[in-house]
Amino acid sequence: MNISLLLEMAAEAAGDRVGLVCDGKRWTYAELLAAARGAFELIEQSRAQYVALLDESSEASVIALFGAALAGVPYCPLNYRLADEDLAALLDRIAPALVIGDEDRVARIAGDQGHTVLTRADFAMKAQELVPGDEDRAYDPGEGIAVQLFTSGTTAAPKAAILRHSNLLGYILGTVEFASAEEESAALVVVPPYHIAGISALMSSIYANRRIVMLPAFTPEAWLALVESEKVTNAFVVPTMLGRIIDAMDRGTQADVSSLRALAYGGGKMPIEVITKALQRFPHAGFTNAYGLTETSSTIALLGPEDHRAALASDDPKVRARLTSLGQAIPTVEIEIRDEDGRVLPTGEAGEIFVRGDQVSGEYKEKSALVEGGWFPTRDAGFIDEDGYIFLSGRADDVIVRGGENMSPGEIEDVLLTHPAIADACACAVPSVEWGEAVGVALVTRDGHETPSEQELKELVRARLRSSRVPERVAFVGELPYNEMGKLLRREVKKLLAD
Amino acid sequence: MKPGTRLKSAACDTEVMVIKCGSGTIECGGVPMGEAKPAEAAVLSSDFSGGTLMGKRYVDASGAFELLCVKPGKGSLAVDGTALVTKDAKPLPASD
Repeated sequence: MNISLLLEMAAEAAGDRVGLVCDGKRWTYAELLAAARGAFELIEQSRAQYVALLDESSEASVIALFGAALAGVPYCPLNYRLADEDLAALLDRIAPALVIGDEDRVARIAGDQGHTVLTRADFAMKAQELVPGDEDRAYDPGEGIAVQLFTSGTTAAPKAAILRHSNLLGYILGTVEFASAEEESAALVVVPPYHIAGISALMSSIYANRRIVMLPAFTPEAWLALVESEKVTNAFVVPTMLGRIIDAMDRGTQADVSSLRALAYGGGKMPIEVITKALQRFPHAGFTNAYGLTETSSTIALLGPEDHRAALASDDPKVRARLTSLGQAIPTVEIEIRDEDGRVLPTGEAGEIFVRGDQVSGEYKEKSALVEGGWFPTRDAGFIDEDGYIFLSGRADDVIVRGGENMSPGEIEDVLLTHPAIADACACAVPSVEWGEAVGVALVTRDGHETPSEQELKELVRARLRSSRVPERVAFVGELPYNEMGKLLRREVKKLLAD
Repeated sequence: MKPGTRLKSAACDTEVMVIKCGSGTIECGGVPMGEAKPAEAAVLSSDFSGGTLMGKRYVDASGAFELLCVKPGKGSLAVDGTALVTKDAKPLPASD
């Protein structure tokens, strides 16, 4: 089965309904499908082996996703924020491709790789003009790869994760009821097109017949203005975006956000003060924390609106703590925690998070990472409490091993963040002659506070955790390094602390 | 039959996409479905005239068959004379 089915069904059932709003232009499902079919012709003519997008979100990301699917060519949106050298290396791995977007840049950095390049406007225009006639086209049956995404490479060189039509359809058909969105509902999509959440948002909205309102370049002011003008009902943001939206509201940016009924977030750790403020700023919205990975076709665990409300209203520290959890596994996947030897761990014990289900690909172009029984080792570390709530403690690779004792950066950071003068914290391993590894921390002092003494912070950790957790190195920095999705770049902090 | 095969009803407008397929004959409106529509429409059995709904998934009790309705019609779906039932998606609270 081909993911193009999602758009075909929307066009069949509600062809005249507006499916996408971008830069003021409105597209019906019938127009989007016609353009995707035109894109199929363009892709066939180009003889490309991949369809790449090197651009912000726009109608082109919808047309290219489904056009590539019809042609049976993997769609590969690229991160335009990468440095020239890194981007050229990725382009080389997918040559020859039909590249949509920054023509000049491709010519400059990958001019000799055999790509066909079209600007966003040219691609959309040609795709609309090339609508095929009535004769049956041989569209791809969808037995292969629909999407290829290069991982962000926070720990190593980017890997080419592949998502098959069956993975993506498994996710959508299992979690979205067809045409279930009310006529007035609208989803604000602001996640970059090269992120899995950006792709799954397009597919789930189209299948639910929920109008997509696209914001190509995020600013908190533009986001708030679109919520008001398009009466947006659903939105997904990464934690850094939500923080900036709330800052803008605090600074006095006015917008009517009463239409917003569902606000989902994910993609990184949400600071507790941001989510607490957000719950006050958006009183009409239900909040959902979505946890997922590229390799799992997006969401595998959720902390839903009810959980948020219950956690906030509770005096029980265990229930309150759920505000910082990933929620529970969605019904269509299985999740378990295993130790280093692959043994399944009981409730409450920390280890690596494993997942399986139709939507889980766990496959890279080079090799599959799946282990026996179709389980995917996420490399995320965490534990599950007795009610099935999953708590993340960091990447498995981030675990600090001090003299044979494993400790997760998260628990040390959480303690340090309780200090009123600490605004942000990152713990990671630093080399230690005595222990192999020891704890190093990089800290950001909160504005208006004096930097606390090292001794005071060490005492704080000693009092709350075991003495082995006490940081051996403490460094104060202006800010911690995050990527544009709000992911903390631990390897950079590690480098900084090692120097 | 391969997943992804599109089957048409001989008795009504129903079309389905095969998601999972065991052994047995897939029927709509009481008559076998096929990849092509017969020249002359078959008679819709009154026992299988409950209708199909666009976007619904239909399964048998054993879980061997799963069909996605991609075009609705007046007939209802069955395998070897046993009616299929709908399988609901487990909608998430709009996570993306």
